[in-house]
Amino acid sequence: MTELAGWGNYPKFPTELIEPRAPAAVPRFVAERSGLIARGSGRAYGDAAIGERFTVLSGGLNRMRSFDPQTALLTVESGVLLADILTTFASRGFFPKVVPGTKFVTVGGAIAADVHGKNHHRDGGFGDNLESFQLALSNGETVTCSRSENTELFAATIGGMGLTGVILEATIRLLRIETGWLRQETKVAKDLDSAIAELESSASATYSVAWIDCLARGTSLGRSLIYTAEHATRDDKDTLRPDLEPFPAPRQMRLCVPGLFPSWLLNRASVQVFNELYFQRGASKAGAQSLIHWDPYFFPLDSIAGWNRIYGRNGFVQHQCVIPFRQARVVLAEILDRVSRRGSASFLTVLKLLRESNGVISFPLRGYTLAMDFPITETLFAFLDELDELVVGAGGRLYLAKDARQSRATFEAGYPGLPVLRDIRRHTSGKERFVSRQSARLGI
Amino acid sequence: MTVQKHLLVIGGTSDIGQATALCYARAGWHILLAARDPGAAQRNADDIAARTEVEVSVHTLDVLKTDRLAGFVAGLPILPDTVVCLVGELGEQERAQTDLALATLILRTNFEAPSLLLGLFSERFQERGSGTIVGVSSVAGDRGRASNYLYGAAKAGFSQFLSGLRNRMAIAGKVRVVTVKPGFVRTRMTAGMNLPGFLTVDPGKVADEIYRAAEEKQRDVVYVSRRWRFVMMVIRAIPERIFKRLRL
Repeated sequence: MTELAGWGNYPKFPTELIEPRAPAAVPRFVAERSGLIARGSGRAYGDAAIGERFTVLSGGLNRMRSFDPQTALLTVESGVLLADILTTFASRGFFPKVVPGTKFVTVGGAIAADVHGKNHHRDGGFGDNLESFQLALSNGETVTCSRSENTELFAATIGGMGLTGVILEATIRLLRIETGWLRQETKVAKDLDSAIAELESSASATYSVAWIDCLARGTSLGRSLIYTAEHATRDDKDTLRPDLEPFPAPRQMRLCVPGLFPSWLLNRASVQVFNELYFQRGASKAGAQSLIHWDPYFFPLDSIAGWNRIYGRNGFVQHQCVIPFRQARVVLAEILDRVSRRGSASFLTVLKLLRESNGVISFPLRGYTLAMDFPITETLFAFLDELDELVVGAGGRLYLAKDARQSRATFEAGYPGLPVLRDIRRHTSGKERFVSRQSARLGI
Repeated sequence: MTVQKHLLVIGGTSDIGQATALCYARAGWHILLAARDPGAAQRNADDIAARTEVEVSVHTLDVLKTDRLAGFVAGLPILPDTVVCLVGELGEQERAQTDLALATLILRTNFEAPSLLLGLFSERFQERGSGTIVGVSSVAGDRGRASNYLYGAAKAGFSQFLSGLRNRMAIAGKVRVVTVKPGFVRTRMTAGMNLPGFLTVDPGKVADEIYRAAEEKQRDVVYVSRRWRFVMMVIRAIPERIFKRLRL
């Protein structure tokens, strides 16, 4: 038995690890055991990738299967990291169509969480850009799922948190890029209204996201920096920075958070100072276009190894909700107001426009998603329960990949597709087979 | 590269073998993978081809069937420029102390088979007048210890074989022989072991060192981590009278 936690270091559970060395070994493991869940690189924040009894690690499923430069179709085993795909293909002129905020996720995990990136408002999530995958079912059978084959399982597995089976390999279509650079523009929003207006008016940009100063209050509540970007063409690069190589080398990790980072360093005052400096620095560059390497653009936190440790030994949770358009402005303002009053120090608060998703219990829906980190304290969960009431009241939901503590009621209210998933789990007898600590907690 | 170069990896399904093949493929080499399990080797071959677009071929070989080694070498589509031998079996020391079949397997896999095979390649390389032989041995062969002396003894034999072969080839001319001692590597062989972090490396690091030693620098004996060279110097220097009582 091994004690396992997610990226937030909370909660921790003992589980037995299973480490298949190749995809072919997985079906047998699956057919012989109950209460198991697949785990990629453990970047889900809470209890989603901790098996009730067994946890299937996908580290051994790290081979690429094939790549066709003509069609840009890439087939990989499910344990391959996006980081691996990026370092292998970015310099060859290909890029994943959807990348989340960290490149250290596996392809299997990206499907199971239907991860979204800064282009979700335009291009949808990881599942929308997926061609097909192979899934090991509870009876030891392996099936291919796509938009034309086993379509129900396809839709239920995208965002399905591993509860339909173990993904063995997947085929994705890569995007062609002319350079490894992004052409970025920063805009300043003085409050929440202008942040929302700015995000809406920049909806035609491929990538857009807002960083919010979560400690700003009063008339500055919701003040933000809005970043929009496009993959730089060869012409863009030659105009802006003729001195640069079209395909820069991947960046190395430069910083590492020590094992015992004193968490008291992260308090209201220090974050306020940080946010002020960050906001002023961003505001000073507003309007100008700049070229930025794909790595720091998409994955700013990846350059700091173990950044999750800054929240200390007790761990942290990330609260990520999505609020449908109609009530978004009012509810977001209320949430931000409560957070800033409480004085919780969330370093990175992010606001982003999402569109509908096609997964049965996939997270995104048309509206705004807000993500905030909270170090775990005695009063935190009661506070988050109150935020959840606002979210549910507005027809919103919480992201399962980040969740460690929402109630069943919150979950059931947010995910109308749940009965469909439960049905599929019953039919394929996946219900006893595939059980994570999260699915047990939420009664999926 | 003007002339297409070819690398043969013996033990092409090992983690270090895969990393080494990939490292050479990135430098533009064509790859031949030899392994006992052609299915597993094909999986690695596909991986390398998807990543690099180089040609990779798979060749079935059971090194313990020593009467077939000459046929294997003769049957290759091309005589490679470099051959890297990663054949090895850690075994279980304690069981092997009484299980003669296991002890024999450890001795044959780590010493007999790789030595015979590389010996065959050295003859062909010498005929051609060029070639590089890389034998992956082990720091365990530097001094016998209670915890793994069967493996260590076989690796010691292999290291001495490589040393003698290098000597002969150096006098005769153009064939190079490189001995690589990786130390602890995070692989399937060591999965589940409690390894000291500062002495442990990833397979990719071993691969980089193999490429550097064999193709860029003219190295003879390579400790993948410099720290190991020092550690083994100390371990070798301890008088036997004291060493025999130590638990290392």
